[in-house]
Amino acid sequence: MLLRHTKKEVYERSALTVNPAKTCQPIGAMYAALGIHGCLPHSHGSQGCCSYHRSTLTRHYKEPVMAGTSSFTEGASVFGGQANLLQAIDNIFTIYNPDVIAVHTTCLSETIGDDMNQIIGKAKDEGKVPAGKHVIYANTPSYIGSHVTGFSNMVLGMVRGFSAKSGEKTNKLNIIPGWVEPADMREIKRLVKMMGIDSIMFPDTSGVLDAPQTGHYEFYPKGGCTIPELIASGDSKYTVALGQFCSEDGAKFLENKCGVKYKTLDLPIGIAATDRFISTLSELAGVPVPAAIAEERGQLVDMITDMQQYLYNKKVALWGDPDQLISLCEFLVSLDMKPTCVVSGTPGRTFEHRMDSILASVPGAKYKNGANADMFLMHQWIKNDKVDLLLGNTYGKYIARDEDIPFVRMGFPILDRVGHSYFPTVGYKGAMRILEMILGVLMDYQDKTSSEETFELVM
Amino acid sequence: MSNKEKLPETTAMLADILKSYPPKVARKRSKSMVVNDPETIPEIQANVRTIPGIITQRGCCYAGCKGVVLGPTRDIVNITHGPIGCGFYSWLTRRNQTRPDADGENYMPYCFSTDMQDDNIVFGGEKKLKLAIQEAYDLFHPKAIAVFSTCPVGLIGDDVHAAAKEMKEKFGDCNVFAFSCEGYKGVSQSAGHHIANNQIFKHVIGRNSKKVKGKFKINMLGEYNIGGDAFELERILEKCGITLVSTFSGNSTITKFEQAHMADLNTVMCHRSINYVADMLEKKYGIPWIKVNFIGAEASAKSLRKIAQYFDDEELKNKVEEVIAEEMAEVTAVAAAVKPRTEGKLAMMFVGGSRAHHYQELFSEIGMKTIAAGYEFAHRDDYEGRRVIPNIQVDADSRNIEELHIEADAKEYLARKTPEELAKLEKEGFTFHDYEGMMAEMAKGTLVIDDISHHEMEKLIEAYKPAVFCAGIKEKYCVQKMGVPLKQLHSYDYSGPYAGFQGAINFYKEIDRMAGSKVWSLIRPPWQNSPELFAEMADA
Repeated sequence: MLLRHTKKEVYERSALTVNPAKTCQPIGAMYAALGIHGCLPHSHGSQGCCSYHRSTLTRHYKEPVMAGTSSFTEGASVFGGQANLLQAIDNIFTIYNPDVIAVHTTCLSETIGDDMNQIIGKAKDEGKVPAGKHVIYANTPSYIGSHVTGFSNMVLGMVRGFSAKSGEKTNKLNIIPGWVEPADMREIKRLVKMMGIDSIMFPDTSGVLDAPQTGHYEFYPKGGCTIPELIASGDSKYTVALGQFCSEDGAKFLENKCGVKYKTLDLPIGIAATDRFISTLSELAGVPVPAAIAEERGQLVDMITDMQQYLYNKKVALWGDPDQLISLCEFLVSLDMKPTCVVSGTPGRTFEHRMDSILASVPGAKYKNGANADMFLMHQWIKNDKVDLLLGNTYGKYIARDEDIPFVRMGFPILDRVGHSYFPTVGYKGAMRILEMILGVLMDYQDKTSSEETFELVM
Repeated sequence: MSNKEKLPETTAMLADILKSYPPKVARKRSKSMVVNDPETIPEIQANVRTIPGIITQRGCCYAGCKGVVLGPTRDIVNITHGPIGCGFYSWLTRRNQTRPDADGENYMPYCFSTDMQDDNIVFGGEKKLKLAIQEAYDLFHPKAIAVFSTCPVGLIGDDVHAAAKEMKEKFGDCNVFAFSCEGYKGVSQSAGHHIANNQIFKHVIGRNSKKVKGKFKINMLGEYNIGGDAFELERILEKCGITLVSTFSGNSTITKFEQAHMADLNTVMCHRSINYVADMLEKKYGIPWIKVNFIGAEASAKSLRKIAQYFDDEELKNKVEEVIAEEMAEVTAVAAAVKPRTEGKLAMMFVGGSRAHHYQELFSEIGMKTIAAGYEFAHRDDYEGRRVIPNIQVDADSRNIEELHIEADAKEYLARKTPEELAKLEKEGFTFHDYEGMMAEMAKGTLVIDDISHHEMEKLIEAYKPAVFCAGIKEKYCVQKMGVPLKQLHSYDYSGPYAGFQGAINFYKEIDRMAGSKVWSLIRPPWQNSPELFAEMADA
């Protein structure tokens, strides 16, 4: 047994987190910053933070993830990190020539109280920021929220740093896609385009973290939201913020800054959430939904109709980030499945309210988020009430093996499989892929465990 | 590229790299980049602060302490005291394998953290830490609990050592100790190794003086069982009749650590991360240490012979020769099969604190030449040899790391060799504490670069187009996008073992696969190979 010390009896903990279902803010900020074209993320803290974030993102995407660090030493920790950040800005522009440096803080620089606005201002005053180049920032103290909060804070940092109101409104929609894969961002853009809507998506990691092998390394890959687009987001007609936890703060900030109204929606994962997304796009842009989108929806419903028996009443344990879990649980319930164990390390009351209503029809469903809502607790729940399916990041493979439960990888990080960055899980097509993955593991399990006489050819 | 004449001139190469830097940066970096001469061994700058913003491979003190040294020990509950990230990122990511008994303790698949929140930062985290230790104790009743400090812990002044001491006394049957390994300490992971070594020495080693059976008892220091390396070494040593008392820290347990002083010889693999423990074990208990290297089949054979020579036992010497002969048969056959495809090709390696040296052996066994190498967090002695230690300037960053004052143990000190025996060994040319460093074994004119930056790496690859580049996960996909295969020497790319004889065989095959993969011929689409043809078709 891999997790041999996990026992059935649930022992109440209030201080010790075991096998977390979250990580810290800065990595989210780094991921978001990679969604700006020509941007080098910069970690203002000890070297280890940057190294850990780059390593984790790299393992997930199997792509280069470049970022700088202020390389704090004991001296910097005592006297403040200003000198390190000023040097870093100068060096980065000189050596790596990005269009923008996106600085995020760490628990170290936040505890010291380094003032980003002041230090960046000083860098500009001292001529360390070349003409036409930019430095934006996000405060991402690791001891508040989670990686999801860090993503949200960097989105806000983009708005603060770039969005501007020229006085001339455009007909564009801003789309803040939330922490989803490059493939999902592509898929959202495809759907928006099919609707005939002009949009600005930020951040946009498509073309950055799914770059092709050409034999030629591009330090700044061709994808990402451009600076002119980010600036123009202040003139857009509307902002659609996908996922309250990741995207709403940025949208709200944009409304306050430039008067662009926003609407927060769930991530378009699953049929109902995608329905709401498409309907909202149609309303906000005043355009009809094209037949091709209705066709995709119909294909999805057709697939569910055909395979319903394999899904019905199957119990599912899920862990991950609130925006994903909210939409996923709603989708699973709509498939007649039963999400009975759900944990997220990310705090926030909204999660509880949403789960209360989504899981109202699932008797005995347990869910928890925030402090001590970890995979250890979820595993204990599973030991008490076995589930048929696990849905979450790679760390679930230890539970899957010990308990012999079919496992679909979704969320962050996925360290041991490929595909997530190329094949979307949003939209109707994405929902079909989720279904395909779920059915695949459930039916493989049936094939593996059924007796020889009940082994089925046709399923 | 294998033809020496075609390679760029190294001095010009270095100048070209430096010209992209601001003048101050160029001056500093120039001291960390040298053209090697094994006869004179030039001085290289190492173990100094990384330049902010330069894009370094390095991690932090916490990573070196919790991740590297204590990571591979299975029966200690390792609690990270800090916000959640540090614990999360060091959760299972270093590939330390372990073999617990069927019902034995194994906490390695778990991540334990105090998950500090803003109120802990404001009001202090000691109370939460003590409660977390209590909860870990109540849940698992482990033999030991270790606490690792992250950056904010040092700043807010939590006394982790007092908390650990209090809980240890309270429990009575659980060793609780702490590490002040805040990420900002030192200049790299290296500081964390030192801090880890100190605390293990203070709180663990020597607690169990139960006799260990066996005629030839050794410890293996600086072996972390990445990809099962330790299993292969355990196999070889057992075959030779050598008893492994403890390994620091591949496939280890705290019980084995406690008995480390019962060994009669310390063999040091990764000099950088653990020479401190070897030194302290010698001073306190009289156990001498020698440098060994089990990366490379020839190196493994040499190391086994050296161990046998130390024990000066004919039976052991014969057994070792017998094992080497038996193991080398397959090694030689595989190397011979691979060599026609690898001979003369170039390798570069920039990694760790010993691997960038040791892996050169493996490459040379299949005829590949290391044209450039460097460490991520080593010190000058790892490059230039231990003879430079007295001349190394101790700067502020190193001075902040505690140096333990060690004296001979009144009860347990035992000189393992008589002066006559030592004289005999010396006459035979046997040397202790004998690390000559990387540069003595690298060819004249090769490049040695410490703490390489991304920019420098890109330039080197463009200039030399090596057949294989070795580094870590952060570099892997950049380098492969350039069309050059990258072998990860931290994680072994989820493969291995590469130590010992079977490990050498694995490595030869792996390099053969990487350098010869068909994928490199797929990169150019057919229409780029004959653009005229496709243009014609488009016109038509």
